[in-house]
Amino acid sequence: MVLRALPWLIAALTLALGLLFAWLKTPLIIALSYGLSALGVSMLIRAGQVSFGHAGFTCLAGYAVVAVSRAWPQTDALLLLLLGVSVGGLAGAITGLFVVRYRGIFFGMLNLALSMVLFAVLGKFYNLTGGTDGLRMERPPIFGQLLERAGFETSLLAVSSLLVVATCWVVARFYASPVGQALTAIKSNEVRLEYLGISAKRVFFTGYVASAALCGFSGGMFALIQGLVTPEMGYWVRSGEYVFIAVLGGTLHPVGAFLGALVFEFLKLFAAAALTGIWQLVIGVVLLALIFVAPAGLVAWLARIRPTREPAPAASVQEKA
Amino acid sequence: MTALLQTRGLSLSFGGVVAADSIDFDLQAGERLAVIGANGAGKTTFINMVTGYIKPTSGSITFDGKDITALQPRQIVQLGMGRSFQLPQLFLEQTVQESVQLAVAARTHQLRLLRPLAACVDAREIQQSLELVGLAHRAHHLCGSLPEGHRKLLDIVMALVLRPKLLIMDEPTSGVAADEKHGLMDTIMKALDQRGVTSIFVEHDADIVTQYATRVAAWISGRIAADGPPDVVMSNDEVKSVVLGR
Repeated sequence: MVLRALPWLIAALTLALGLLFAWLKTPLIIALSYGLSALGVSMLIRAGQVSFGHAGFTCLAGYAVVAVSRAWPQTDALLLLLLGVSVGGLAGAITGLFVVRYRGIFFGMLNLALSMVLFAVLGKFYNLTGGTDGLRMERPPIFGQLLERAGFETSLLAVSSLLVVATCWVVARFYASPVGQALTAIKSNEVRLEYLGISAKRVFFTGYVASAALCGFSGGMFALIQGLVTPEMGYWVRSGEYVFIAVLGGTLHPVGAFLGALVFEFLKLFAAAALTGIWQLVIGVVLLALIFVAPAGLVAWLARIRPTREPAPAASVQEKA
Repeated sequence: MTALLQTRGLSLSFGGVVAADSIDFDLQAGERLAVIGANGAGKTTFINMVTGYIKPTSGSITFDGKDITALQPRQIVQLGMGRSFQLPQLFLEQTVQESVQLAVAARTHQLRLLRPLAACVDAREIQQSLELVGLAHRAHHLCGSLPEGHRKLLDIVMALVLRPKLLIMDEPTSGVAADEKHGLMDTIMKALDQRGVTSIFVEHDADIVTQYATRVAAWISGRIAADGPPDVVMSNDEVKSVVLGR
């Protein structure tokens, strides 16, 4: 099936592009990082809830990674990625305790408010956080090797691509699991969920922690490739971009977030070069086109393409698309 | 013998409207109770209180020997009470099969994180449950695309697969075509009898009440005006004039 092959295709394409054009390595890794955060947002959109503050988790994890790397410069990049995931998940578990009680606009704004508190704190505590200038870190070892910039970027690109394939696989399994299905059910009927003996709040909490962990993963990856974190990483505009990517890519399959992120990153890259100053216009036009052409996102649109010899179409996928 | 379901002094008022007026009620295991009453008599309110959706102003509810007055619907369901709804409550963006699978997974405590839902439940049970209510051909359709009659059936079967001790059905035959009502009730009641499930159903059709209930309770203005065998209650003067409109 198209969807199952897509993560591999994307990983292969990313790697090939990165190896062919060295200058693309950074934007490609940033696109994958955006994709991870957007996947976190997308997971909650499946439950009908849109968070406008998930960049906060990405940002917090990024700062944690830089802080640890500054304190212990020998810490391996892979460990730092793991740290990002943990910090994201932990922050999600703490805020999730009360955020999961809210739905709709209240949920969205509460997340936004929390992320803006973090943004303000990071900007004001200059001595600790470097203020709006942010924090720098030295290039860490990867697989125990201290590499030159080019080698480090290539290794990080390879690791990131593979981890993205793995993430897609794990998240797709989660979506198909009982808890994943219950999470989707929150969108249409929480009352019934309760009357099946399932706690909608607990299910949503699980989804919230997972989504924050994905953002933490994203933040770690972003910090590693940039070597710099700033409060901008957690600004609400960034959260909005993650929502845009999630909608652009579609929520049918986890790979949608990465499709969306790649398209978004390249749109931004070329639009900024060709139409400097009005590149947001291009993004706006794309969003409009999307609403008319593929309202369920790129991945749903792609899911309809299938080899002609494949047996009867799966009604569920088709109708969901 | 202690009652399966028992309420004592169950009261609820919304401002000045008394929706439940100190209801004392006992239901024995094995009974099939039909609840009748005009619109606004408090039938659904009673169900909502018993299933934990609305908390009573005063009074107590005991189910299977446990005080459930303060419990949440989820906890009451876990104790063995199932409910179907007057307006079907479905997962509109999921398929019929996924909905029933999720219900079965909830009953068997198979709420896994990474194992596919279909692998967490017995495929035969899902198939048989769908066949029971004639929805097997709809298995892969989205719930949101079903016609009203089929939504009703799915709503009931989602409660049925929880294998409750008591199943409460709020107007199981409303929205079902007139010539299919008896067939539907036959199917449901047979399934309930097989599993020894006690049941309460709200019903407006007098024929169905007399045919399927072992006991009838008539609600008038938030209280039980008459309670007993179907023939006795249906011939009660107050019930005839207020509820049946004869």
